[in-house]
Amino acid sequence: MRNACCGSNLRCCIHRRVRLRRITDVLIFVLSIVAALAFWEAISRTGVISEKDLPAMSTTFSELWDLMQTGTFWHALLQTARGWALGLGVAAALAIPIGIVLGSSDFAARAFRVPIEFLRPIPSAALIPVLFLTLGTTLQSEIFLAAFGAFWPLLIQTIYGVRDVDPVALDTARSFGVSTFEGLYRIKLPSAVPYIATGMRISSGVALILAFTAELFMGNPGLGQKVNVAQAFGLENQLYAYALATGFLGLAIHVVSTAAERRALRWHPSQRAVTA
Amino acid sequence: MSRRGDQAVKLAAEIAVPIAIVAAWQLWAVNRDDPKFPPPSTILAKFQDMWLFSEFGTHVVPSLERIAIGFGIAVLAGIVIGIPLGLSRPARLWTMPHIEYWRAMPPPALLPISIILLHSIGNLQKVSFIAFFCLFPVLLNTIDGVRGIDPTFLETARSYGLGRLERIRRVVLPAAFPQIVAGMRNSLSLAVIMMVLSEYFSSTSGVGYVLLISKNTFDFGPMWAAILLIGVLGYLLNALFSIVERELLAWHRGWRAVSGG
Repeated sequence: MRNACCGSNLRCCIHRRVRLRRITDVLIFVLSIVAALAFWEAISRTGVISEKDLPAMSTTFSELWDLMQTGTFWHALLQTARGWALGLGVAAALAIPIGIVLGSSDFAARAFRVPIEFLRPIPSAALIPVLFLTLGTTLQSEIFLAAFGAFWPLLIQTIYGVRDVDPVALDTARSFGVSTFEGLYRIKLPSAVPYIATGMRISSGVALILAFTAELFMGNPGLGQKVNVAQAFGLENQLYAYALATGFLGLAIHVVSTAAERRALRWHPSQRAVTA
Repeated sequence: MSRRGDQAVKLAAEIAVPIAIVAAWQLWAVNRDDPKFPPPSTILAKFQDMWLFSEFGTHVVPSLERIAIGFGIAVLAGIVIGIPLGLSRPARLWTMPHIEYWRAMPPPALLPISIILLHSIGNLQKVSFIAFFCLFPVLLNTIDGVRGIDPTFLETARSYGLGRLERIRRVVLPAAFPQIVAGMRNSLSLAVIMMVLSEYFSSTSGVGYVLLISKNTFDFGPMWAAILLIGVLGYLLNALFSIVERELLAWHRGWRAVSGG
């Protein structure tokens, strides 16, 4: 019956227009990527930037295609993803509980304000030499670096989230005789979830950057190490192909974590305005 | 407990805990007596020795310069590109796929490429690298800020006969400004990281270079002094930005209080 209504029904008309708009959007999306790739091909082939410095788009993609046929490539990709996942996991396991404690207790927050304010802006990159000379090129050093970087945004978000809990809800729970632990589980955590989800999205990007950084600078196995080796041996095509792949991994993680954030927040009022 | 007593205890904790942490670290390091982990007293002495101010000019100044120029370019470009993108849906459709790809790219992946493309390991490459990755927080926040403007403002401005540039200057920029500033704050802390990464990868001067050299020579004193300096730089830049931010947004809060009240 859906088709039958079209033509006269206003809602159907709007529907159609929305669908048409969606099709043009997809078309523009595809065209803009095609245009950029063509541009890349052109500046390299015409020598605006010499092909030695910037391999042509087709060369780079065929190199990437060749690499994708090898186990080495997927192994490296998985190693980077592993560093990212474990780093983010460790950061979450530490930052969320600590954040809940610091967010719930004014006393604890004040006591640790100065150390946190001082440690937070230290770029994890500064720790690379120490990690290199102490833990070496081990998985631990990669996880430590990724976790250290990912810890701070998540900690701060969790603290804000727990603080933002509606005091009326807490008081109501208390007057209903809800225990402290249950109050934490039923009221504080759910209301902090939007903040924690945002923190997880931010931290997930940071963790990937630092896992890759560990590989590039310390030689831990993974995409970063491949980029470093390709550069050291002057394998320009491979260098660009690996960098391209790293970008895709970053994009994939970004898309997944954004979607996860949205999913975690479906029930939350902050998302209603966005979808409306 | 009285309220005042409560405040006093909290203040005492705020002062005592950091001191206790540093003291515990000192004790631990002295006991351990490991050259890899010198006690804070040694690090501080080295810090004073190097950065106040014998090597300040040779290494700290170049790093600060790179941060300042890279950050400046990123802010300007982010606003200039972000405003039209925020105002025009077609422009966003055409550019967002690329912005999304590059903002998700882990920055160190482009370090070797930046050296090859720019034929440089000097300021040109450092500044470009910092500017490129600091662009995204400003750009995305500008786009978001401009998109969030109440359309009534823009229509009112149009009906008063304000031209396009005038509308941007008088309506769009001020309305999006708080969010642009929020993006600038993220960019600034990113700039410090990009500075360290690019200098640690390849350079001949700067704080990251000190890190690199002290790693290569197993010289732990300067290494810890450099780490402490990077922490202090990050902290101070952040604090400085908070002051600037308060100045920049003072009119805005006032304006909101008036129009809201």
